[in-house]
Amino acid sequence: MRCRCALALAALLAALLAAALPAPHARAQQLIADLSSHLVAITTGFTGTDVLLFGAVEGPGDVVVVVRGPEERVTVRRKGRVAAIYVNKKEMTFAAVPSFYAVAASRELDKIAPAAERAREEIGTEYLRLIPEVERDPQTVAEYRAALIRNEEAEGLYAASVAQVSFLGARLFRVNVDFPANVPVGTYQVQVFLFRNGAVVGAQTTPLVIGKIGTSADLFDFAHRHAAAYGAIAVAMALLAGWLAAAVFRRV
Amino acid sequence: MQIYLPIAEISANVFTLLGLGAAVGFLSGLFGVGGGFLMTPLLIFIGVPPAVAVSTQANQLIAASVSGVMAHWRRRAVDVRMGMVMMSGGLVGSSLGVWLFKHLSQLGQVELVISLSYVLLLGLVGLLMLAEAARAMLRQHRHIPPRPRAGRHPYWVRVLPLKMRFYRSRIYISALVPLSLGVFVGVLVAIMGVGGGFFMVPAMIYLIGMPTAVVVGTSLFQVIFITANVTLLEAVTTQTVDVLLALTMLIGGVLGAQVGVRASDKLKGEQVRALLALLVLAVAAKLLYDLVATPADLFSIARASP
Repeated sequence: MRCRCALALAALLAALLAAALPAPHARAQQLIADLSSHLVAITTGFTGTDVLLFGAVEGPGDVVVVVRGPEERVTVRRKGRVAAIYVNKKEMTFAAVPSFYAVAASRELDKIAPAAERAREEIGTEYLRLIPEVERDPQTVAEYRAALIRNEEAEGLYAASVAQVSFLGARLFRVNVDFPANVPVGTYQVQVFLFRNGAVVGAQTTPLVIGKIGTSADLFDFAHRHAAAYGAIAVAMALLAGWLAAAVFRRV
Repeated sequence: MQIYLPIAEISANVFTLLGLGAAVGFLSGLFGVGGGFLMTPLLIFIGVPPAVAVSTQANQLIAASVSGVMAHWRRRAVDVRMGMVMMSGGLVGSSLGVWLFKHLSQLGQVELVISLSYVLLLGLVGLLMLAEAARAMLRQHRHIPPRPRAGRHPYWVRVLPLKMRFYRSRIYISALVPLSLGVFVGVLVAIMGVGGGFFMVPAMIYLIGMPTAVVVGTSLFQVIFITANVTLLEAVTTQTVDVLLALTMLIGGVLGAQVGVRASDKLKGEQVRALLALLVLAVAAKLLYDLVATPADLFSIARASP
């Protein structure tokens, strides 16, 4: 019994050791990237912002950047005519949909990587893995999936086109990631890939936090944490404002 | 100047919001109505989520009703007893409406219900008002004195139980009538984000038979409590009351209303009512068109946290 325990312990130690030691061709060495800011603050005056992503590559290759917002459940509804009017008739819910999605690349994506590779890393809206909660026939799923992406693009939360990653010389690259005013809050994943001959040779993921800061954040927090008090204050404020307005304009 | 609305979670121009508030305030001062029936669709139009638009409008209406009721209160033109009975019904109706609204949102049918209620109610009230104003203009044209109002209630109202005496209005009527009116208006406030004055005022005159002098004051009085109830319930259950949005619209609204009240002195009563009827019908027609016309995209999306 004791012998078996010791064996297991030794195996575990060996595994840990192997994991801690650098692999012969360390992927991270080929690519280094960082963001100009790891925190985007949504303040009362927020109208959208852009974050600079910059980095360097070792040797030739193409850089692809994928920005994904926190995942959410999204219900896609389809309108149909009932009597004379249009009403929501059918729906499909997708379980884990990125709330924000944008891609940037140094060249056209088709020339950088084959479809299989792009599908594996979910590069481009056409390769996003969107799975409906209830299984349906592929044609219907494709229709709702396209509608979901179309609507996200219309709201500016999915980038409709691929942004340009520009190289400064052979090694340094940079790209601006645009976030619109209606950007959802949460922890974003910024993935940077280095492609060479159609294969990923380096990859790095950097988190980016988008949060509400200042008065608007305090208000939002207060409204959710102390909902009853918030409601009471909203009512009191309106009563006071109404009374004040009447009092002021009585004398005019 | 852009301002980020913390609850609506959209960025909007302050001057657009102030301007909307002022324009709707002007019309409400001119016509003596709350203007909720214009404000809620406009807010939805500029991108405020329907749930936030309705809840915030309820919050804003508290202030509008308080400032409106003050003048009537000083003139002793508020039937408090009647208002209390309506309010009891209104609290039940608005609580029911808040529950209904939440349930419909989950089903994805809330926008349809909002639009349909607007089209039906505004269409009906607009047509009735237009007909009434046209008759009044014709009468005046031909110098026919206005018909005296029938002092008696219809038979079905007279046989109802639980009769109460309302001294200020000098009427004796079953409490069930104002109570059920209150329930109905409560639902309207919670689902449509309107004060319901455009429906309540004629109902109080023709159905309950209240003297015109106390109708507006009493309607404003009871709606304060209903809108406060909706604001509280929405704040607690759905967190959709945006105080910043409410405050911005209020400022515009108060100023606009003052100008509107002064402008209304220059117009004749029937002209004002005819204009209001046309405005109400225009809103109804726009919403009806949106329901009937083929939408640009048949699909829409709704989000929920996982």
